Amino acid sequence: MNGRPVIDMRGIVTRFGANVVHDGIDLSVTRGEVVALVGGSGTGKTTLLRHIIGLTRPAAGDVSIFGAPLFSGSINEQRTRRRRFGVLFQHGALFSALNVAENIGFPLRELRIASKDEIHNLVALKLAMVELEPATALLMPAELSGGMIKRVALARALALEPELLLLDEPTAGLDPDRSAAFVELVRSLQNQLGLTVVLVTHDVDTLAALATKIAVLADRRIVSYASLEETMEVDHPFIDRFFRGPHGRRALARSGGDH
Amino acid sequence: MRSPAIKTEIATEPGASHSFRLQGDWTLRALAPRLATLRAELGGAPTDARWLLDDVARLDSFGATLLWHAWGQRWPAAISVADELRQIIARVADSAVEPLPAAPPFTAVDAIIVLGRAMLSFRDHALDFIRLMGQLCLDVAYLLQHPRDWPLKEISANVYKVGLKATPVAALVGFLIGIVLSYLSALQLRAFGADIYIVNILGLGIVRELGPVLVSVLVAGRSGSAMTAQLGVMRVTEELDALSAMGISRTLRLVLPKVIALTLAMPLLVLWTSGVALLGGMVSAWMQLDLGMAFFIDRLPQVVPVSNLYIGFAKGAVFGLLIALVASHFGLRVRPNTESLSANTTASVVSSITIVILVDAVFAIATRSIGVPR
Repeated sequence: MNGRPVIDMRGIVTRFGANVVHDGIDLSVTRGEVVALVGGSGTGKTTLLRHIIGLTRPAAGDVSIFGAPLFSGSINEQRTRRRRFGVLFQHGALFSALNVAENIGFPLRELRIASKDEIHNLVALKLAMVELEPATALLMPAELSGGMIKRVALARALALEPELLLLDEPTAGLDPDRSAAFVELVRSLQNQLGLTVVLVTHDVDTLAALATKIAVLADRRIVSYASLEETMEVDHPFIDRFFRGPHGRRALARSGGDH
Repeated sequence: MRSPAIKTEIATEPGASHSFRLQGDWTLRALAPRLATLRAELGGAPTDARWLLDDVARLDSFGATLLWHAWGQRWPAAISVADELRQIIARVADSAVEPLPAAPPFTAVDAIIVLGRAMLSFRDHALDFIRLMGQLCLDVAYLLQHPRDWPLKEISANVYKVGLKATPVAALVGFLIGIVLSYLSALQLRAFGADIYIVNILGLGIVRELGPVLVSVLVAGRSGSAMTAQLGVMRVTEELDALSAMGISRTLRLVLPKVIALTLAMPLLVLWTSGVALLGGMVSAWMQLDLGMAFFIDRLPQVVPVSNLYIGFAKGAVFGLLIALVASHFGLRVRPNTESLSANTTASVVSSITIVILVDAVFAIATRSIGVPR
């Protein structure tokens, strides 16, 4: 089981009307990797992530996760498969009618297997994991700051003990300080829980600190899929601008000590 | 993935207790299918049991929580566990020490507070509503001085949306109500041989009363809710704030066009719906009582004074004004969450229908000597 890729995408083609976004994309993620999807805006990073979640379906090609096609098997099998990954949406997507504790406990309560005390305990644990005070439990999503929303959403994504974590722009909208703290949090959780992580980002700091592999989307395909050092060697105009531009160079210099 | 299991070893030597050897993956996914049996087995363990966790392949926080609560939230006296797993359980144990703050229970004092809040919120609503109307008056005064700023495009778009697009459903409802009303009245009138009075009943009833109220209920449900929801979502997506930031008055650009459009469109909708309802009544009277359509049309202006039509128009305009005002009032009160959006949309429709019926009663009293032949 360990040898099989967690995510396996073959020949993905995506069209929006006449606009071809992906033209034959292959991507394979093995267990324990942290893969960053980068690319200019409109290159379909988030769309690729939505294909993995199963919110959209590609015009052609296959998406397999945990060794089976995403939409294969009975409804029960599909549901079980979905519960093996957690998703952090770009804006958190917390349920605005529920408070923080109810939001985090929601997936567990839906499973109907844990007792009330256990759910309380697990919610407290997840809150501690994402470094939030227990007092935040009673707050409503509207009362949270941007950074707290991301943390609560991450706690909710972790509620069902996922093996795979999908993050859409985890640090977008956070100030550099909080963004660094959030990246650090994701990294420590990834180490602690042995997660496989796929993240979409266009923040060089984030991917330099987190990613073990980088998939660069450009010209409707993946032009490079390698570690940061190897990606830097690839000759492509986008990579040139993204990593070797003034901001990219600064960010890489900052994180140089970590690698 | 290895299925989790518990192997019980009965103690052979005296003085020693049962040992429980846990095996397999103790993760949420592995545990879920056989949770009930495992829970029962864990629950049946005596307090002095020995716990051997050395064979556990994987443990996640759900598995750790399950064990911790089965142990009564304390470490068993005799346990053999690898350090790594002990850490996972310790983390669960730490978070169990400090329980989540619970929402305070509801007491008699809270009941009084809720009641007081309801009163105050009623005052808030009244003040807000008056403020909105005042702002609209100021906007109109401003527009009279600056005629180039009239939001004509918005008004026209709103007239199309709330007026023209409502005609099919208004016609359908009107026609059916006309048929039903005519059919029921015809049965009674025939018993007295007063067939001909069907024209009076339908004419007065529909033109003066039923047309305006029917259209109001329809429009409150159809356009009032849409207006509240639109303004509410604009609040959620910060579009209202964007307008304010550009120095554009939200009442002038969003509320006033809706209010003017509905005030203009409602009398027309009333005319249209009353007409179609009368047509339905006419068809039914013709089939039920053999009353010719030409006769019906001929007799209608004789028995229904034209002032009734004006009353119907006036009601339509006033009801339209009220519905748009109430809808905008609630729309602007939406706070950025889904609960508030649904509560305000409901409140908007319920209040506007209630207000329309209240004002209709006022109309009935105020116009009791106008247009009713004696």
